[in-house]
Amino acid sequence: MELVSQHVKKIMEECKVRARDEGLKFDDETLEYIVTNRDMIELSPKVMIPTLYDYWVHDVRVLSGKGMYEAYPSNPYETVINTRPAISYYNDNNPDWLNVMIFYHVLAHIDFFQNNLFFVNTWDVDLAGQALADKRLIAQLRSEKGRRWVDYIIEFSRGMDNLVGYHKALDSMLRFRNQPVARLSRQDYYFDVFLQKIKKVSHNTYLKEIERFNQCKDNIATFFEPILSQYPEFEQMYKKVRKDKEKPVRDIMEYIIRHSPFLRAHENQWMKCVIQIVRDTSLYFQPQIRTKIMNEGWASYWHDYLFMKDERIRGHEVDYAKVNATVTALPKVGLNPYALGLRLFEHIEDMQNRGCYSFDYFRLKDEKNRQHFDKGNKNGHDFIFKVRESMNDFTFINKFVDQEFIDHYKLFVTGKRLNSERMTWQYYIKSKKAHDYKNMVIDTLYHPPVIYVNEEKTQGGLLYLVHKFENKPLKADYIENTMMGIEFLWGGPVYLETSIPVGTEKETRPAIHFLDPSAGGSGTTATPVTREKIKWQRVCYIMDKRKLNRREVA
Amino acid sequence: MVTLDELLERDRQREEDGFKRKIRIGRIVKPGTGGKEKIIVVPTTVEEKFVHEEPSFDPKTGEGEPSSGTGEGEEGDVIGEQPVRPDQGEGEGEGAGEGEGEGQGSKHEFESSAYELGKVLSQDFQLPNLQDKGKRRALARYTYDLTDKHRGMGQILDKKATLKQIVQTNIALGRIPDVDDIDPGRFIVSPRDLVYRILSREKEYESQAMVFFLRDYSGSMGGKVTEAVVSQHVMLYSWLVYQYERQVETRFILHDTQAKEVEDFYKYHSYKVAGGTKVYTAFELVNQIVEKESLDRDYNIYVFHGTDGDDWDKDGVNTIKQIEKMMRYAARIGISIVEHSYVGTGQTEVEKYLRKSGILEKHKNHIKLDVMHENVDDTRIIQGIKNLIS
Repeated sequence: MELVSQHVKKIMEECKVRARDEGLKFDDETLEYIVTNRDMIELSPKVMIPTLYDYWVHDVRVLSGKGMYEAYPSNPYETVINTRPAISYYNDNNPDWLNVMIFYHVLAHIDFFQNNLFFVNTWDVDLAGQALADKRLIAQLRSEKGRRWVDYIIEFSRGMDNLVGYHKALDSMLRFRNQPVARLSRQDYYFDVFLQKIKKVSHNTYLKEIERFNQCKDNIATFFEPILSQYPEFEQMYKKVRKDKEKPVRDIMEYIIRHSPFLRAHENQWMKCVIQIVRDTSLYFQPQIRTKIMNEGWASYWHDYLFMKDERIRGHEVDYAKVNATVTALPKVGLNPYALGLRLFEHIEDMQNRGCYSFDYFRLKDEKNRQHFDKGNKNGHDFIFKVRESMNDFTFINKFVDQEFIDHYKLFVTGKRLNSERMTWQYYIKSKKAHDYKNMVIDTLYHPPVIYVNEEKTQGGLLYLVHKFENKPLKADYIENTMMGIEFLWGGPVYLETSIPVGTEKETRPAIHFLDPSAGGSGTTATPVTREKIKWQRVCYIMDKRKLNRREVA
Repeated sequence: MVTLDELLERDRQREEDGFKRKIRIGRIVKPGTGGKEKIIVVPTTVEEKFVHEEPSFDPKTGEGEPSSGTGEGEEGDVIGEQPVRPDQGEGEGEGAGEGEGEGQGSKHEFESSAYELGKVLSQDFQLPNLQDKGKRRALARYTYDLTDKHRGMGQILDKKATLKQIVQTNIALGRIPDVDDIDPGRFIVSPRDLVYRILSREKEYESQAMVFFLRDYSGSMGGKVTEAVVSQHVMLYSWLVYQYERQVETRFILHDTQAKEVEDFYKYHSYKVAGGTKVYTAFELVNQIVEKESLDRDYNIYVFHGTDGDDWDKDGVNTIKQIEKMMRYAARIGISIVEHSYVGTGQTEVEKYLRKSGILEKHKNHIKLDVMHENVDDTRIIQGIKNLIS
């Protein structure tokens, strides 16, 4: 691994100037390294962070990566990591014109990392440095506590690291930037909750109290005096609610760090550091997993836009077109995040240029009029910068995938079915509706299960976890080992409430969708359709002394 | 860099600490030109977390996972087709295996950069019931023995040969006028008459063997069951290739409701599952091949079959019939059943009818059954191989 040559670095710096002129924003400093494919194999288990802590699973991945590479060699163009300065890796021997294209792509990635709000919690940290400190701490712990026990703690922590409270952390950060935390005042609680929801007083009483409040406005204490004698429980209830409201919601890892009886023991304190390191590392990568389509689309949009404007590469347009096509072509069947993201950014730019994100356009029902609609806004280019700043994959897809987009790029949802006579997989066009397409893409997005600690049931030394069921069961094979790890860190029995499928049941729904007759057998009479639906049963897994049991939950 | 051996050593340590092992030995088959595939041994591991179960193929509706697509066409149009099993229809009529040239085994280059799977396994196994069946192509293994003769000097005096030599010499010298009255005291002994045995490397001729691998690739075999069966057969195959220096011939048969022969291990190993199950078809095909090519005259025949124990032929009448027929020539039939976790222990059809038929008892030296659960680890799989060839 070595830095790129001065010649290549010069190309990069020239790319930066041109990219900045077009509105991309990124730090001045970047580091570019030349790596071999073998280096890449060794880096990828460490999510490309060379300074990440050592762990045996990484070693296993490196060995299998080498085997894979031997059987199926591949040659990645580039990888960028979100560090300060941003580090990117390249293959040796790229021609200059190809470097120009790749550099624009990389610069757009860096712009995305440094401007998309979902990355806000990564802006003030340099991961390469942080990871190095963590790596040293873990190495030190290994020599003090024994390698394998540190490894077990890492393993058990990583067993939960997809459940980190990323959105919670993001929420508090953004709120803190924008506004002070709103507190629940005594009178708000009294009027909004206590009188209406708890005491359920009549309208008349309620209005009278408001009247009385207005009279006491100058001295609120006098207003509450009669209340305290009338409802002696009021003060207690208010305090409890306020405490609950202000109490931070903690993810499982945080909860275990703070409340585990096992970790509280003096000789186990060090484990908290390990859990914290795993948690922080996971949090750092959360925004990246949730912006894949956007980030790749954004980078593809810009390498295309900037490359074609760059006079340094004249004469290599055809070479470029070939490489570009392998990256951003829409596959006949399959989802390519580069291609989808790029098309969607271009679509958004076009729609905004014509002023289509408006009520006027929305009201138009005529297809032809819609196609020719143009208010001449011409501000699409600025608009996509806003999109890149404030959206993630889910909101991006959910908001902007519309029928116009699907029709324009001739996109559809493909189905795959077994033709048992011919023993073939048949691919067919399942749907050309934007709604279906959107759901199909959203279904592929990263979405870890929502699992939280139920504090009321966490008593007597046990930890009670609840899985918020979203019509997808947990992978049953993984439950045992994951829970065993949590039991170890908690130092007592662990309960997990979740849902499992138990057979099917019949479900009847009306057949015809009146607004969209194509959705169900059009032209036929409206007989209800009966279909089979999976029946779910709420169950509780119990991990106690490394033995897993399951029982039904009423 | 940590080596695989170190990783495996650490993995063993886990058991002492009361945790399950986590590293499995995975195999990547590298397709090569001219049937020269390589088997690359790599470790794999899974980091368990709470994750959503991904939707998979639903055998009831025959519907796979939806994806994105682009192009012309209307809803409902079929836009492409892909064979479930590539090269369907190949491998038929491959029967005329009259053995000039090299056997199947030698086409496969067995390689493991980190771990010589076969070598490790070979310490534990040996083919059972090998019989002398002609020496057309023998399994050569070298033994060192005092078999060579040497005159004048050596390690052990061969008294009988020496005496013979002395008698011959003396007859030539005319010192034995009357063969009915010999006086050994009058013999003249030349130094060259002393015949000794000396240590020598001998090629030991063994009987040749043919191994049939049979695999159920019906629809029910999805996921871990197939993984376990294939794992076991890869190990068996690697071991054969290593131990018998590629001189064991191997044949590969896949079956669902029909059986067919495929030409090499790569195809055997990589074909995907689909279709129903009729176990007897595979055994029937082996019987046909053996009969047609008169293999039982020259070969010790071994048959290994892997299945999830599901069979449309519920009481196994046909299967038992074919196995009985096979018993006449087979040196060993090894059947591995890998049970799905949703089937109770000992509840699979194949296991039930095999046990009921009493065939396992009747021919207990020639047929072995090994039943595993689908979540098996490598240790158990290796144990399974030992059971099958014990």
